[in-house]
Amino acid sequence: MSLTEAFRQRTAPQLQLGNRFRALPRPAKWLLSALLIAAFYLTPYWPDVPVLGWIINTPGTSFENVLTDQIMMFILVALGLNVVVGFAGLLDLGYVGFYAVGAYTTAVVTSGQFTLPWIAALPLSVIMAMIAGVILGTPTLRLRGDYLAIVTLGFGEIIRITANNSDWLGGPRGISKIARPPSFGPLQFGVLNAKPYWYLGFTVILIVIFVLTRLEKSRVGRAWAAVREDEDAAELMGVDTFKFKLWAFAIGAAIGGIAGSLYASKVGFINPDNFQLQLSILFLAAVVLGGTGSMYGVIMGGFLVAWIPERFRGFATRRYFVFGVVLVLVMVFRPQGIIPRRGAAAGIAQKGESDV
Amino acid sequence: MSNWLIYRTFWDLTVSGIVLGLIYALVALGYTMVYGVLRLINFAHSEIFMVGTFGVLISLTNVFGISLFEDGQYPYRSGLVLVAILLASTIAAMVVSGAGAVVLERTAYRPLRGAGDTYGAVVLAFLTGLIASFLFSDQIMTNLAISAVVTGPVAYGYVRIFRRGRQAPRLAFLISAIGASMAMAEAVATWGPEDRSVYTTPRVLEKQVLFNFFGADIRIDYVIVAVGAVLMMTSLLLFVNRTRLGRGIRAVAQDAETARILGVNVNSVILVTFLLGGAMAGGAAMMFTLVYDQTRFNIGFLLGVKSFTAAVLGGIGNIKGALLGGIVLGLAENYGSSIFGGQWKDVIAFVVLLTVLMFRPTGILGESLGKARV
Repeated sequence: MSLTEAFRQRTAPQLQLGNRFRALPRPAKWLLSALLIAAFYLTPYWPDVPVLGWIINTPGTSFENVLTDQIMMFILVALGLNVVVGFAGLLDLGYVGFYAVGAYTTAVVTSGQFTLPWIAALPLSVIMAMIAGVILGTPTLRLRGDYLAIVTLGFGEIIRITANNSDWLGGPRGISKIARPPSFGPLQFGVLNAKPYWYLGFTVILIVIFVLTRLEKSRVGRAWAAVREDEDAAELMGVDTFKFKLWAFAIGAAIGGIAGSLYASKVGFINPDNFQLQLSILFLAAVVLGGTGSMYGVIMGGFLVAWIPERFRGFATRRYFVFGVVLVLVMVFRPQGIIPRRGAAAGIAQKGESDV
Repeated sequence: MSNWLIYRTFWDLTVSGIVLGLIYALVALGYTMVYGVLRLINFAHSEIFMVGTFGVLISLTNVFGISLFEDGQYPYRSGLVLVAILLASTIAAMVVSGAGAVVLERTAYRPLRGAGDTYGAVVLAFLTGLIASFLFSDQIMTNLAISAVVTGPVAYGYVRIFRRGRQAPRLAFLISAIGASMAMAEAVATWGPEDRSVYTTPRVLEKQVLFNFFGADIRIDYVIVAVGAVLMMTSLLLFVNRTRLGRGIRAVAQDAETARILGVNVNSVILVTFLLGGAMAGGAAMMFTLVYDQTRFNIGFLLGVKSFTAAVLGGIGNIKGALLGGIVLGLAENYGSSIFGGQWKDVIAFVVLLTVLMFRPTGILGESLGKARV
């Protein structure tokens, strides 16, 4: 088999949509992007579209709520975790910890003694999550691979148990009456209408995507890629691996914090059970299912992990069984994820060992 | 598992900590051996343990026909009957867990190594048919019939895909294992007679206190756990160090590629490793039900996490390390929860792990399976 053939075979499953898009003239690109973004802003209305609606609608629960409580969070979290796992190649099984830190920070500062507005709580949540990332990262990032995985897993569990055992965090009862984002004009953030949360959340997602695409192409992004592909080689070439790994942790944690803060203000009530260990594993599943390191892949993964169990609620208790089998099948037949990272698809990092 | 282990005295804590630690250690062996040969966390090992406890339950209630209570009393047995029942249920657990581990390897791991075979394809095809059939029917018999019909052609297709033989990245193994683990636990939760509630296993062994050790009661079930665990670990060590297959395991653990070139059948070595790890988890499952008299669909999860912690603590890939790590973890949890309160038990386990890894980044005894230290 010639080299070009091999290349074509590897990329064929993606239908080369990305390449086709890149080949378009600039005005067409802008127009198409604008149309796509508009279509995604209208996601809450998708269930009303004839065929699409039948596919996407979730029986038993309102699609709007699934969209804001589950899908939006999973997409944000998958984007954040992708920085750690996909860009820097660090296996983090305790990502739910940062999500919890974000949610709890928002909850504590907007209800009870402090009554800050949500707008002020959001940056606080991000800062707290970043601090948590640095606190976890500083002692543990010297560890490699699976040692790091188990330590981060422990971290996620420690956060949850601490919340469960601390009275000022509400203990097992949790915290209620969390502030909602400020309403303005037609955007009324209330209990009944979930749409404004999606408009807000999708805007945040767009900003995160924009920042991360810039970051991936920057010096930091290249340093992450170097660490991911071969840490020793990166170190020898003068990359301060520890510093960049810590950055990956902090930035990943910050996005987790944003997601947590949004979640807390949407549901208005959190308790430690919202941040079970299993959630961390689902987060990682979202990243790997979609395609580790590929931004659009992990968005797809986040969507699927949140949506599949809700879409097939008709399967009732069997839906997690279905989900488990689907995970195995996708990994068996599409191990690089549904939308693989471009480099990975072209065969740059095909060595199983280094491509964590 | 939360508050049962808080006793008053130091020696009580020590004894129950060691017993718990031995169970952790037996489960940790499965993680450590698979990690040794494949360099991956066998995330689904916890469910292998879980199906083992159900193996015990089924052998006691369905095969031996022992009910939970007989005339309001525990169904105690004695003498040779007791020995026979305990042995049989141990074997049942080991067989169920071992078989579970082999099926797991064939379906969720082997195809990812680019070496998928017909067995794996058939299981995967059956599962594909099963979840597809949920779209059409709620009746489990209809579902099974539909999936049985489609298994053949789908498996044929899968085998064709397997022939491409692509090696998957490491993370894919982890997610595949997570999926398998979820599917196994959920299958038990969905189709088990008691669904998601706790299953109590019949208490056939009367838990007499044999003797006193500095005021700590040494119960007979503790002695059985200790003796059984030591026996199983010794025989595993002997197997790995002395037999031909054991040499194969060590060779693959050192360098799989070289071992393959030198004529070791890597795939069968991996299968044997899974089988051994599964059998050890089965033994642990038997001991667990002996001490705690219960099981549940998600019983494996936390215990699995702890056991993996134990494996890492002792030095992953290191068989003696698993024993040491298990006991250190069991003791630390027991002492810690009596000092700080039972609600902090899980935190203590991870803090100990963090502290140890800080100073010994590859665990107490260091990594090795196949190196001279094993």
